[in-house]
Amino acid sequence: MSSASSSLVMLVGLLVTAGCERENHHFSEVPPTATPSASALVVSELQPGPATIAPKIDAPYDDNAYAVSEGKTLFTSMNCSGCHFEGGGGIGPALMDDEWIYGSEPQQIFASIAEGRPNGMPAWEYRLSTQQIWELVSFVRSLSSLNPKGARGGRDDHMMLKPPEVSTPKGKPKTASALPGTQH
Amino acid sequence: MRRSRRLHGVATCVVLVSCVVACHGPQNVLDPAGSPNRIVNRLFWSMLVVSATVWIGVVGAALWGALTRRRTTREDLEPVVDLPNDDKQRQTRLVGALIAGTALILLLFLVFDFTVGRALAEHPNRALTIEIIGHQWWWEIQYVDADPSKIVVDANELHIPAGEPVQVTLSSRDVIHSFWVPNIIGKRDLIPGYTSSIFLDADRPGTYRAQCAEFCGVEHAKMALTVIVHSRADFTTWLAAQRAPATEPNDSSTKEGQRIFLAGPCSSCHSITGTAAYGTIGPDLTHLASRKTIGAGALANTRGNLAGWVVDPQSLKPGVRMPSNQLAPKDLLALLDYLESLK
Repeated sequence: MSSASSSLVMLVGLLVTAGCERENHHFSEVPPTATPSASALVVSELQPGPATIAPKIDAPYDDNAYAVSEGKTLFTSMNCSGCHFEGGGGIGPALMDDEWIYGSEPQQIFASIAEGRPNGMPAWEYRLSTQQIWELVSFVRSLSSLNPKGARGGRDDHMMLKPPEVSTPKGKPKTASALPGTQH
Repeated sequence: MRRSRRLHGVATCVVLVSCVVACHGPQNVLDPAGSPNRIVNRLFWSMLVVSATVWIGVVGAALWGALTRRRTTREDLEPVVDLPNDDKQRQTRLVGALIAGTALILLLFLVFDFTVGRALAEHPNRALTIEIIGHQWWWEIQYVDADPSKIVVDANELHIPAGEPVQVTLSSRDVIHSFWVPNIIGKRDLIPGYTSSIFLDADRPGTYRAQCAEFCGVEHAKMALTVIVHSRADFTTWLAAQRAPATEPNDSSTKEGQRIFLAGPCSSCHSITGTAAYGTIGPDLTHLASRKTIGAGALANTRGNLAGWVVDPQSLKPGVRMPSNQLAPKDLLALLDYLESLK
């Protein structure tokens, strides 16, 4: 076997292994222990005291299509659409655009869901398990295509109101210019 | 010789025992407990008996023809001589009669089949309508009433009165499921966005097992429904008991359990009538302690099973929508006391 074909076989093998995580079902697992808290989050460059470096936490389910779809189910079940609609925003801010009031990093979204935010976002940490909040985090990130394409959803259970997550262009997150309640 | 006789005896026993076992049971199409299944069974047995008789006749005739064949010798291989006219006519008549008989039997089957189909499609007068909504992976059951305060919401246990037709409307919240009570009625799919309607007519009290009959995801196999057929009087008593709101906690432990239920994640999916818990994602738990099973037939409803289910449902029914709940032991015991008080 020539070296070119053997390296091709190895490449294909590596690609196949890399794809394994995509459909891995995490049924029962100890939720990530490092639960982010608001104090470790930086949403502005203006801070009291010396500069602190917040540890970066990767979203555990960003590359897992099953978990992202579970997050999508939870998004409907927990009536997130009541305020955010199908990601387009209304009473609450839009989740499918590139503007982030409280940051687009996984731990920042986690804190927004778990601890709530001013002007109406409830705290969900007493209502959902940590694992479920992480599933929601990955789904919310998929709405503006911040997670790997292979894990994003391709269809909705209801009428398609927007292009599916899998076919939206990669998001370029930026901090929102207006705080909620002061926009328009 | 003796060995073959013993083998013969064992085989007879096995066949007889399996026949007896096959004819009874809580989940058995050949043990009709309701009129829809009874008329289908009548069609099935008639078709089976007639077809078996014809088959035995045909195979017998073929064997007879093969075994009684005249031995041919060299002298028999004479040029074919036309049969006398009489024999030829008799053969034509025989073949004609057999073809006519076959056509007649098939025609009778067709007519019988149509009558069964019409009987199944009939809309009888009914006093009771029950809504069944399929979820991944459990059954939501609502006893419809014009008075909203009399609506009963139940899960994974269908109670119906014997001897009267009950309308069941079927729909689904997520994917396609299928409702199938083998003893009482055949399958009907639960399709999201579409409501279909069937009539259950159970004729004797008993407990039967229904099963989701359309693959609906990872826990399809653990999506069972207990069907309990009561006498009319028992059913009225049961319905009245279910209409009552949940038992109020009356001691410190059950009060603490209720507080944990309402403050924790339980109440975001489950509801208990008369409390602030009104989640509709999971089964209604107003009368949880009166049910026979938990997790849609996955486990018997005992204190130990319930504890395991609350703490780690994922290891008992992997993939179930309920998340694992980390509770302090003292909180778990109080919660169990409360759940067990919900008669």
